[in-house]
Amino acid sequence: MTTFPVEKIRADFPILKEKIRNKPLVYLDNAATCQKPQAVIDSISHLYMHEYANVHRGVHTLSVKATDRYEGAREKVKQFINANSTKEIIFVKGTTEAINLIAQTFAKANIGKGDEILITAMEHHSNIVPWQMFCEETGAVLKVAPINLHGELIFDEFEKLISDKTKLVSVVHMSNALGTVNPVKKIIAAAKAKNIPVLLDGAQAIPHMSVDVQDLDCDFYAFSGHKLYAPSGIGVLYGKQALLEAMPPYQGGGDMIRKVTFEETEYNTLPYKFEAGTPSIADVVGLGAAIDYLTEIGMDNIAAYEAELLDYATEKARKIEGLRIIGDAKEKGAILSFVLDKIHPHDIGTMLDSLGIAIRAGHHCAMPVMDFFEVPATARASFAMYNTKEEIDVLMNGIEQLIEVFG
Amino acid sequence: MFDDLRDLYQEVIFDHNRNPRNFRVMDDADRQVEGFNPLCGDRLTLFLKLDGDVITDASFQGSGCAISTASVSLMTEIVKGKTEAEAETLFTQFHEMTTGKEENVDLEAIGKLAVLAGVREYPARVKCATLAWHTLDAALKNEASSISTE
Repeated sequence: MTTFPVEKIRADFPILKEKIRNKPLVYLDNAATCQKPQAVIDSISHLYMHEYANVHRGVHTLSVKATDRYEGAREKVKQFINANSTKEIIFVKGTTEAINLIAQTFAKANIGKGDEILITAMEHHSNIVPWQMFCEETGAVLKVAPINLHGELIFDEFEKLISDKTKLVSVVHMSNALGTVNPVKKIIAAAKAKNIPVLLDGAQAIPHMSVDVQDLDCDFYAFSGHKLYAPSGIGVLYGKQALLEAMPPYQGGGDMIRKVTFEETEYNTLPYKFEAGTPSIADVVGLGAAIDYLTEIGMDNIAAYEAELLDYATEKARKIEGLRIIGDAKEKGAILSFVLDKIHPHDIGTMLDSLGIAIRAGHHCAMPVMDFFEVPATARASFAMYNTKEEIDVLMNGIEQLIEVFG
Repeated sequence: MFDDLRDLYQEVIFDHNRNPRNFRVMDDADRQVEGFNPLCGDRLTLFLKLDGDVITDASFQGSGCAISTASVSLMTEIVKGKTEAEAETLFTQFHEMTTGKEENVDLEAIGKLAVLAGVREYPARVKCATLAWHTLDAALKNEASSISTE
């Protein structure tokens, strides 16, 4: 065991002291959303209590302070994912909006009838539906690279699907339903060989590992704050500057313009061109605080600790008769998706809830993945840096008990 | 260990989940409707045999959680021999029991279905219990070949 300071970290998350149905909360639904440390909560209340005004507008002191905080967070994001410039960091509502933004700007400008967009069979609905909508509107074609029974991308098949017609590869970095971590460097290299831009859906990957967008050489990277211990309603679209410069704007409004007359409008420079309207200022500041918090712990330390948790949980789960793990990729993040013989995931979810354990039961917004594994739904325990082996014991004990009750 | 759940998971529910009643395809059904709850993946096909406005037989196929399986199993038992109007009244009563005001529920009419009253305390599970009845409602109104709770 590493000397990961899990008890100290737990103490930083007030909600972990809550009792659920008179039992200590065991929160294992982190792939849906993560809990927030005191530092993030405090950063938001501090802003509202002492430094809040609109950004990029007033000459007054508070507006300058709020703008400093807001732009300071952009700098933190830039460093966190090692972007080349803060111009490449666009604040959006979340991963879903980031992908929709690409569909409505980059894709509209560069992809047309008969062109192809390549995704994988393990995508979240948010990396399927925007492309289906786009294809319906434009006559472009959506191609889907298959996965194997371990829940891994079949890379040869993926490569075969790259053609002269492929205009964008949009792939999940880490699957929310299976935990699979895709070989994104190989994927990007294969696409780059044919000059095809790559968008990575990093919603699940970002809280679990170091992400370096320059090292990856991806063109776009999307993630949500709320899965990164930051507030909900805020997320990031990273894009290479040259691509962002060439893209048409997304929404029209204030802040995204430089000059407006009734005859024409001159758009603002990056990143503001893509940030119309008053942004979610406090949530951006909260995201900055979450990044500070995580940086101090170290993403590599978090990854190592979570790998231990996953190994421990997997080993224990394998010993339970009638439990089938859905998704056992070699490269996997801290997600344990499973089904039990003759017990529906919703019954598992309700039963575990009565023991204070929060897991997700359902299709995880990845219905095609459920169809592939021929299950209506799965139960999913997803781990975060504040979870412990003792909590995994509580989970496994609960599963064994409920199997007994269902008989 | 699961003491808190006794109101939700009564023994009758476990029994119907393990051994669902009327779990069969009906080749000569007069009505056949599929019910689907996309949120949890529960899926059932309901078959009805009618003589005039009397339900002479009811059966189902499909898969779902214990609550939805028990609910449809109990429903196929209770509606047999009932007129369409009586079945609709039961649907209204069932709906009231699971989502409405307790005092409006006619316990005598609801009979055995009362074992499902516990879902009212679990809003996330109400749809599991009502899927069967929404499917029956669609079958009686003959309005669709499939219905969805979402």
